[in-house]
Amino acid sequence: MPEPPHRRRAHVSSSDLERYAGLFAERTRVMRSSAMRDLMAVTARPEVISLAGGLPDTSTFPPQTFAAQMTRIAQESAAEALQYGPTEGFRETVDCIVEVMGAEGMLPDPDDVIVTTGGQQAIDLLCKALVDPGDAVICEAPTYPGAIPVFCSYQADTIQIECDSEGMRIDELEDTLERLEIEGRRPKFIYSVPTFQNPAGVTMSLERRRRLVELARSRELLVVEDNPYGLLRFDGEALPPLYQLDGGDFVIYIGTFSKILSPGIRLGWAVTPPPVMEKVVLGKQAADLCTSTLTQYFVREYFGAGSWRKYIESLCELYRSRRDAMVEALGDHFPAQASWTEPDGGLFIWATLPPYIDTSDLLAKALREDVAFVPGQAAYVDGRGRNSMRLNFSAGGEDEIREGIRRIGKVVAEQVELYRALTGEQPAAPAAPRRKPAEDENVLPFRKASGSGA
Amino acid sequence: MKVAVLKGGRSLERGVSLRSGARVEDALERLGHEVLALEAGGDLVKRLIDGAPDVAFVAMHGPGGEDGTAQELLEILGIPFTGPGVAACGRCIDKVLAKHELRAAGVPTPDWFAFNETAFRELGAADALGGLEERLGFPLVIKPSRGGSALGIKFAENWFDVPEALVSAFSYDERVLLERFVDGRELAVSVVGGEALPVVEAIPQAGDSYDFEARYEIGRTSFVCPAELDEGEVSAVVAAALGAYEALGCSGFSRVDLILAGDGPQVLEVNAIPGLTDTSLLPQAAEAAGMSFEQLVEKILELALAPANA
Repeated sequence: MPEPPHRRRAHVSSSDLERYAGLFAERTRVMRSSAMRDLMAVTARPEVISLAGGLPDTSTFPPQTFAAQMTRIAQESAAEALQYGPTEGFRETVDCIVEVMGAEGMLPDPDDVIVTTGGQQAIDLLCKALVDPGDAVICEAPTYPGAIPVFCSYQADTIQIECDSEGMRIDELEDTLERLEIEGRRPKFIYSVPTFQNPAGVTMSLERRRRLVELARSRELLVVEDNPYGLLRFDGEALPPLYQLDGGDFVIYIGTFSKILSPGIRLGWAVTPPPVMEKVVLGKQAADLCTSTLTQYFVREYFGAGSWRKYIESLCELYRSRRDAMVEALGDHFPAQASWTEPDGGLFIWATLPPYIDTSDLLAKALREDVAFVPGQAAYVDGRGRNSMRLNFSAGGEDEIREGIRRIGKVVAEQVELYRALTGEQPAAPAAPRRKPAEDENVLPFRKASGSGA
Repeated sequence: MKVAVLKGGRSLERGVSLRSGARVEDALERLGHEVLALEAGGDLVKRLIDGAPDVAFVAMHGPGGEDGTAQELLEILGIPFTGPGVAACGRCIDKVLAKHELRAAGVPTPDWFAFNETAFRELGAADALGGLEERLGFPLVIKPSRGGSALGIKFAENWFDVPEALVSAFSYDERVLLERFVDGRELAVSVVGGEALPVVEAIPQAGDSYDFEARYEIGRTSFVCPAELDEGEVSAVVAAALGAYEALGCSGFSRVDLILAGDGPQVLEVNAIPGLTDTSLLPQAAEAAGMSFEQLVEKILELALAPANA
């Protein structure tokens, strides 16, 4: 009898490794992993309170709605829902997208819309269509940590522009554009999450939105507006998206159903001018032919039922109280030297610690207390952000958030205390006298801790 | 034979351990053994008692598995196990303790000072830092005493870097060491059953040689085995490695990391249970010696069951 095949692949010898290594594309050299990955692997332990993910709370979606809609699809459209679909996505899905964008004041031409496998694929396809190795791509500092591997894998020269309480600093952007022009370079696009930014939680002011759009128009530059959280506003007045201000000539828009419905359905979209769309469609054909037909049917059903806005309202209510719980806990448990953003919506708070605390190392200590966050370095390409962290408030309940922040606050206070013992630094003088000035001091705005801490 | 493979655990090297364990399980199956795969957790002892293996293959790294904890349990349960015993694991995992033992045995290791966190918090140890510059000089390497991989290891070029580096290192362990930086070639000698395998050299690809994280990434560091060394260098390096292995009381298998400086080798640390993944150094060295991974695993099992260890 022939021997059955092995359950696992045969082991890889070092000569195999070298053979594979010889086949790797040049771009894999810049696709970095790091020791931080080992740390994040430990966050998956069930006892860990993770404030690290960017997960919406999908437990709030009514299972009976899900079941009823999927049943209807199975009964009425099984063959179609199980078939391939058009690369651009179904027209019915695009109609839902137009409706969602309309809720934020945008009126895209349906022909400019392509349905993608999550907003993440839209970033990838735009890079695929626009970025050659060495091309300059501009983004915020900090930026969406998930965009960095995309920029890196297309070997972009990623330039990060500092953010403050009003979002990306346009003056710094202008300086950078000047510098690039002198070097004879033109950035392929400016990537921004203007509303409830990931990871900083800040929102670009109306004035800066106008200036950014003017800049794009006068210099004929593309802006990629990534807007996953715009509808998750808990406080304050909505601001017009960049796409609305520009009308879609120079602003490419990325949207997603991930945060307003479900990330599991992997449905996002991009809105681009027709010439860009042509290349994006070709790129998508090569990547995956089409986005899941089944989940597009699901979205069509769900929007047909007409209660999508209500569901978002319920999410906003839920996340508002979770944000409040986190902000309150930060005030109670983080030391006076810490600061953090207070977002009006979205999923994240960005906390900044004294400059001598490296949050990647702090994570190791935090994990011993069974709590996790995203170290700030993940949001930068250049090693900045070392003393910051991203905290998510959408995934867990209020008690979990309070307990998580209490545990992080405890390890932070211990490190502050230790540094003080090492340097003799007094609490009243947060600027360390023996420390050389750091270049990575974060300038994001914050509210000081009122609470105890160290 | 029924072999329990212990893997996982709560240490930061959990991921590596799971990969080491999976690969060992695979090899054991190919060798025709009955495999009892055990991820470390609250029911580990119960599962060991219920499973009643003939021998345990410990594929755990870092605190909890490589520090003697798992080994002590296996001793109590009367189950023979692979790799070093309780005492040797305890010495290897603690870099400070290991360095004291090495120095006492005459094995060269870079000068160092060690501090407990409480010394800074409660005894004003910061005032003792002043003597460091004179006695060790800069640059300095600051490391947590217990901990694997490159996590928490910082390079201090001057005074300003020290407090921050200490805060980082103390994130991993309550004891840290400040070690004189030795510039030289980075070598690893794997020892199996008291015999040295061919020397591996790690050559960082990136320009900045102080990027410790790069050492652990494929593509950013290349590994050469056997290392290009002359006969005299090989014998000095192997002698230092075997000296370290013996001084710390290792048995079964271990890996000794050294720096080869102008004036000879200096032992940095001994990994009681080195990684056994596809990209780990011990399997590479074994292969360079003409030993397949299966043969290596079988050999390690034999050593665990040898009368001296029983």
